[in-house]
Amino acid sequence: MTNAALTNTVLYLDGVSVTFDGFRALNKLSLAIAPGEMRAIIGPNGAGKTTMMDIITGKTRPDEGEVFFGGMIDLTMLDEAEIATLGIGRKFQKPTVFESHTVADNIRLALAGERSPFSALFGARNRIPEERIDAVLSTVRLTEHRERLAADLSHGQKQWLEIGMLLAQDPKLLLVDEPVAGMTDAETAETAHLLKAIAREHSVIVVEHDMAFVRELGCKVTVLHEGSVLAEGSIDAVSANERVIEVYLGR
Amino acid sequence: MPRLLCVILALVCALLAAPARSAPADAGEALALIASGRFPDIEKGVDLLARSGNTHAQAIIEALRDGRLAVAADRRVLIQQDGGRWSDAATGDALAEAPAAPKTVRINNRIRRAVEAAVGALTLMAPDAEARRQAAEAVFRSRDAAALSALDEAIAREEVPYIKRLMGEARAAILLGDAGASDLQKLEAIDILAARADQDALALLRAATQGSPVVSAAAEAAVASVEQRLALLSMLQNVWYGLSLGSVLLLAAIGLAITFGVMGIINMAHGEMVMIGAYTTFVIQEFVRSHAPGLFDWTLPVAIPMAFLVAALVGAAIERGIIRHLYGRPLETLLATWGVSLILQQAVRSIFGPTNREVGAPSYMAGSFDLGGLAITYGRLWIVLFSLAVFAALMVALKATSFGLRIRAVTQNRRMAASMGIRTPWVDTMAFALGSGIAGMAGVALSQIDNVSPNLGQSYIVDSFMVVVFGGVGNLWGTLVSALTLGIANKFLEPFAGAVLGKILLLVFLILFIQKRPRGLFALKGRAVEA
Amino acid sequence: MTRRPLILALLDGKGAVFLGVLASLAVLVPVSNLLLPEASPLHVPTYAVSLLGKYLSYALLALALDLVWGYCGILSLGHGAFFALGGYAMGMYLMRQIGPRGVYGHPVLPDFMVFLNWQELPWYWHGFDMFPFAALMVLAVPGLLAFVFGWFAFRSRVTGVYLSIITQAMTFALMLAFFRNDMGLGGNNGLTDFKDILGFPVQAQATRVALFVATVTALALGYLVARYMVTSTYGKVLVAIRDAESRARFLGYRVEHYKLVAFTVSAMMAGVAGALYVPQVGIINPSEFSPANSIEAVVWVAVGGRGTLVGAALGAVVVNTAKSWLTGALPELWLFALGALFIIVTLYLPKGIVGTLAEWRDKRRATVSAKPAEVAAGAAE
Repeated sequence: MTNAALTNTVLYLDGVSVTFDGFRALNKLSLAIAPGEMRAIIGPNGAGKTTMMDIITGKTRPDEGEVFFGGMIDLTMLDEAEIATLGIGRKFQKPTVFESHTVADNIRLALAGERSPFSALFGARNRIPEERIDAVLSTVRLTEHRERLAADLSHGQKQWLEIGMLLAQDPKLLLVDEPVAGMTDAETAETAHLLKAIAREHSVIVVEHDMAFVRELGCKVTVLHEGSVLAEGSIDAVSANERVIEVYLGR
Repeated sequence: MPRLLCVILALVCALLAAPARSAPADAGEALALIASGRFPDIEKGVDLLARSGNTHAQAIIEALRDGRLAVAADRRVLIQQDGGRWSDAATGDALAEAPAAPKTVRINNRIRRAVEAAVGALTLMAPDAEARRQAAEAVFRSRDAAALSALDEAIAREEVPYIKRLMGEARAAILLGDAGASDLQKLEAIDILAARADQDALALLRAATQGSPVVSAAAEAAVASVEQRLALLSMLQNVWYGLSLGSVLLLAAIGLAITFGVMGIINMAHGEMVMIGAYTTFVIQEFVRSHAPGLFDWTLPVAIPMAFLVAALVGAAIERGIIRHLYGRPLETLLATWGVSLILQQAVRSIFGPTNREVGAPSYMAGSFDLGGLAITYGRLWIVLFSLAVFAALMVALKATSFGLRIRAVTQNRRMAASMGIRTPWVDTMAFALGSGIAGMAGVALSQIDNVSPNLGQSYIVDSFMVVVFGGVGNLWGTLVSALTLGIANKFLEPFAGAVLGKILLLVFLILFIQKRPRGLFALKGRAVEA
Repeated sequence: MTRRPLILALLDGKGAVFLGVLASLAVLVPVSNLLLPEASPLHVPTYAVSLLGKYLSYALLALALDLVWGYCGILSLGHGAFFALGGYAMGMYLMRQIGPRGVYGHPVLPDFMVFLNWQELPWYWHGFDMFPFAALMVLAVPGLLAFVFGWFAFRSRVTGVYLSIITQAMTFALMLAFFRNDMGLGGNNGLTDFKDILGFPVQAQATRVALFVATVTALALGYLVARYMVTSTYGKVLVAIRDAESRARFLGYRVEHYKLVAFTVSAMMAGVAGALYVPQVGIINPSEFSPANSIEAVVWVAVGGRGTLVGAALGAVVVNTAKSWLTGALPELWLFALGALFIIVTLYLPKGIVGTLAEWRDKRRATVSAKPAEVAAGAAE
């Protein structure tokens, strides 16, 4: 990949490997996401999807390989908080929200802006306009739950709240890990709709098992297997790929 | 008869070997000198007597040493025998009646040395090997040139190798300090002493560095080599003390490592399980003392399983009654078990009283032996072996039994283990009982080296935490390495920093270490840890 | 969230009651002690004033602990160390005030140094003859220790029981260190036989009452500082970290900085508590560092209700009153009672007294008026 192509990506992974106690979780993984692109990542259990997200968000350091954000920022040198402030948001597989805070406060803490303890004690963090919170809440359809405790939300509502928190962060790239796990069909459809809306303004990587959902997203699909890319293309193309079928269905 | 022969032969040899020295005098003259009461004369008399070859010389000199030699009014020298009877020193004949006002011959330190040397020379050829060994060592310490001749003869006749070596060393010690000895003799002596290589040899060699250039150069080299060896020896001694401390830490910490590994909780009452084990030992000993004193040596073998059982039962009760209800709240568990520890301490204090209880050591725990210069006490040795045996048994139990397999499964992934049909609550109870039981056995060992008091557990609990934290969770080998490392490090820091400062340094090191490796030396890595 | 004046934002119902109680204590206790005749049933004897002062300094320690444990999930088993360090800083000032009035009559050196044949004052004793310097050290020494310790621990993401254990190791190591005579801080016996504070005799009735008032004031100020911290967005972030640390991190919050601020402020509060404790008790010695003391402070917070601030202070006073009474009446029973308290509170009263009361009140309110918004608001408090 040329330098020009590199600077034209929002996320660029090249030859990334990581090993845990002899187990190779990622094996020379390479991936490039263009600005504004939505990408679905699928793969069987243990294919390295979550580890890939850990690498991008700074939770795990790769043994070798390059990870660049926006073409020039080396993510392997930064920690989670720095990467988050750069504009990468992450939604966990298990919905993770601040359960003892209200829905509004969850969004309040997520909204982009100064994040130092000083600003939270005395500064701008204390003067967040309610309209900004309302705007995000209406996007994720939680306006009527504004003052409820996050702990009291249903599973699907927590997923949306977490997506809302990601939106509030206003990231350039969203990493979304299994957003529809445990959701009803109606919720799943709504989530797909929501993600497509988000992808109009942001780059999005969705990791998902649910093939119907991936099909609904209608984006480019990357298949991971044993820590590296097995196939890439439209959902129809990868579904027809013999090696993908082999991996998913067994020999 | 052979003894007389020896003395005569020795005398002849002495004559041949050292013609320049004064000729032997008879016992009469020596006794007259001793009877004089003037210290220099007594010393001379002892010297003479030692070389006289007189049959009674040894008896006389020993009597002098023990303060049993007296001068009668008629200036006859008498020996007080056992039971208050007297005999004539010159002839050895018993006296019919007690003499009037015998005056005990007094000696000073200088004479005492001459006496020791004389006794040494006289017993160098005793038929009893142990007596000869002691004599050789006595000569080595006194370094009395007077003994040289007897020593030479004894060396020639000696057949037991190590006594011969001791005699050679004694001879070297004498020659090295003897102004009359040649440089050649001194160099030879230096070699011999360098081979002996202990503190005594070092002192002698240091003194010899003042001699002629050749001798002092050789002595300096020898001093350096002996110092090196001694340093090595003291290091080995420290390693041994460290191993011994480490094995105690291992016993105390290993149960904690199991409960922490399996259940992810810190049992603050773990130290009290150790204490319960120690008190179980105490109760068993008291029972045996009053009912079957002859079986005292069997108290420890009986106490080990009993302490395990008692502590395991208490542990199981704690797990069932309290910890079970705090599942998933490790910090609350920590607080609740601290409460348990307070209650157990106070309970023991109420039952047994606040003072230290004495737990006796059976015969096989007492005494020590020498291993190439290292002093090793049997008590410590047994504890090291015991803790290694417990560790090995535990490893086997975890690796080879189905119970062990379940424990390992729950340690690695509780949810997965539960969905595989393992009854995790049951495993928790058993693991907690097992950890507590091992702590109880640690109490048996600690009862042998520490005070058995209600606070016994508290003094080990912080150290045990440090062992677990340093070693890492989920791997008992880590606990082993960590316990022994910390034990040895502690003993190595002590000479430089003192016991307290050494401990502080170690704590500070551990606090820093946990920053670098938050999950210990032998931690599991990867995603499993995060689950 | 509507904007309210600062003081109203700080004071919810509990806080108003709490500050009201403190204010009346600050007025009524001195009045009763100094003005009422001793025969009067409302007279508070001087020893009781100091005893209450001691409890309130414990309350400030509990408040400090609640700030890190209740709001940030950091279970410190070493807060007694910060308390003791503040106490030692004050003790050093009080020792220097003795001047030549010691048993040995040395113009500068405290008695124990003369006894140990020290020739001159160690460098770290300089400046402690000045109250402002000593007061600064009361804040700075615990604060600095907490900052350095926290800097390492939080940056390396040491959490949960590991953090608890190393805080315990910290206070244990300090206890061993302060037991050493070489530390130049009185070794085993610590610092005692104080004479004056700010020129007033420590033992005098009026001084004791003044110290009591100072303690009440410090507790009130400590409460307001802590309350300000937890009601600001900073406090929300702390709770967020407590509930889902990695979520906070992936939102871009520097978790270690947030923890470090709370830990350091909390240690300074504990230091002030120790500094107020020492002149009222008359002694500071290394046993204040003992791990058992720190854990006992944790149970005060647990009993009162963690994450409530007021509850922590209440718990400290309640538990210590019970302790004074029991150790006097039935000394054998005290440890049983304390142990049982640890177990009962963790098993049956996880929210503590104040938390449980608030829960009841909310439940009642919920049944009386079934307006869901209000329930949510009540639960959010």
